[in-house]
Amino acid sequence: MTTLLNVEDLIKNFGGLTAVSDVNMHLNDDELVALIGPNGAGKTTLFNLLTGVIVPSSGSITFRGSDGLIPLNGMKAYKIANLGMARTFQNIRLFKELTVLDNVLIAMTANYRENFVQSVFRLPKFYKTEARIRQEAIELLKIFDMQDDLDQLAKNLPYGTQRRLEIVRGLATKPKILFLDEPAAGMNPEETADLTRLIQQVQHDFHITVLLIEHDMSLVMNLASRIYVLDHGSLLAEGTPKEIQNNDAVIKAYLGEEA
Amino acid sequence: MKANLKYNICWLILMVAGFYLMNALILVGVIDSFLENMVVTIGINIILAVGLNLVIGFAGQFSLGHAGFMAVGAYATSIMISKTPTAGVFYLSIIVGVIIAIIAALIVGIPTLRLRGDYLAIATMGAAEIIRIIINNMKMTNGPSGMFNIPQFATWPVVYIMVCVTTIIVVNFIHSRGGRAALAVREDEIAADSMGINVFKWKLAAFVIGAATAAVAGSMQASYVQTIAPNNFNIMESIAILIIVVLGGVGSITGSFVAATILGIVDAALQSFGALRMVIYALVLILIMIFKPSGIMGAKELSFKRLFNPKSRKAGAKS
Repeated sequence: MTTLLNVEDLIKNFGGLTAVSDVNMHLNDDELVALIGPNGAGKTTLFNLLTGVIVPSSGSITFRGSDGLIPLNGMKAYKIANLGMARTFQNIRLFKELTVLDNVLIAMTANYRENFVQSVFRLPKFYKTEARIRQEAIELLKIFDMQDDLDQLAKNLPYGTQRRLEIVRGLATKPKILFLDEPAAGMNPEETADLTRLIQQVQHDFHITVLLIEHDMSLVMNLASRIYVLDHGSLLAEGTPKEIQNNDAVIKAYLGEEA
Repeated sequence: MKANLKYNICWLILMVAGFYLMNALILVGVIDSFLENMVVTIGINIILAVGLNLVIGFAGQFSLGHAGFMAVGAYATSIMISKTPTAGVFYLSIIVGVIIAIIAALIVGIPTLRLRGDYLAIATMGAAEIIRIIINNMKMTNGPSGMFNIPQFATWPVVYIMVCVTTIIVVNFIHSRGGRAALAVREDEIAADSMGINVFKWKLAAFVIGAATAAVAGSMQASYVQTIAPNNFNIMESIAILIIVVLGGVGSITGSFVAATILGIVDAALQSFGALRMVIYALVLILIMIFKPSGIMGAKELSFKRLFNPKSRKAGAKS
């Protein structure tokens, strides 16, 4: 098992507020890691730091690329995404006015080329490329049982399906790491169970690393092989689900001090 | 592949049919020089609106500087064909205008496209004013009095072909990898960014293509109307193009065609009303905005794919 992503002494200050302080963590190949913590602990901020949406104040993030270690500090978000990191958002950010198929095709943008002349003059090469990536997108949607919704606008999908589409869209970028930000938020127990199976299937079929933020403990304990606990911006604990369940500091952070 | 060919042939037939219909109407005398003038003006406005719609409706960047790029094309053509009035130079001047407009769009776009919404609108408006003021103060462009007696090469068939060519380029761009990336930028920049899309690059691409088409329209205008002055390309012209886009439907190329045609006809019909004309014109706009705020077409497109397969509910791709 080798380290795919390594985070050292990561700090993010917003003015006087330290949202993330001295976080050290790592993600290995093919593992499913969960990041938990009370509201406002800095989980989403940490996600945004890792995916380049915001720039860290100090510390280092390194990614093991195909040709050696790549420092990600200060790298633009789209470049980080193209290295093989995809994410979903806590408050769904699909391309709402576009179709399901277009949402997936857009995510594949970095994985194929079409030059301007080919597409503007509709040369045969253009149709060939389009047909190929369309096929790829449909195959991917089929895996997630969405092949009948190709022409639906994303905004018209039921809530659970929108969450699913976000995951499909993330996978369409062909990531090495998939970051899921509260995928079960707002889902009923049945949908959550579906989602649990879905995440397992994704990880199994696509051989990718998944980092998951989630409040639903049943989902976390079922899925994660390791858990990081974040509180007030710093890491409180790290360990297997069992270790975390019996960790006094974690219980205190969630339930408060014993009187 | 086969299906695509079928739709492409349909569009081709439509374009050729339009051409011969126009030709026949002129021959029979239904379209006199007044109406021909109206049709050409509509054509030029279509080119402008389609280009601006790409920037505003598809890439979601609110630009108010379209007239500036139009001026670039207009003056490139005027200067070149006034010196050497041959058809070859005229076509060359269109290309020169497009190239200068592309360079200008890059210079304007690289700093301003980092801005959002209203700020971008003001910045692009300022950029267009700069272009106009430069032209106003140059010897080569004959300063504020403008240029006269520009040879007429842009007859209606030339304008017609240019409308077809620019529309094909814009529509085909929209329905390709780049166009989808631009749509993603419009929908959600943060999501597009995290899907590996270089947001700035695709904004700039749409902006540059829009500017290039505006330059083509400028060339047509200069050589058809035969006289231009810097004041033809002020902020009011940019707003006039914006009105067509908004009226037709932001994000609908078909809408831009419809709106440019309607406004052209209304404008011509009201010619005899004198000062009342602008009042009626404004009233039409207000009424449409009250009863159909998303524009005449909304975001819908005319699509042969949908005409042939009425079952597929979603608007299909043109071409």
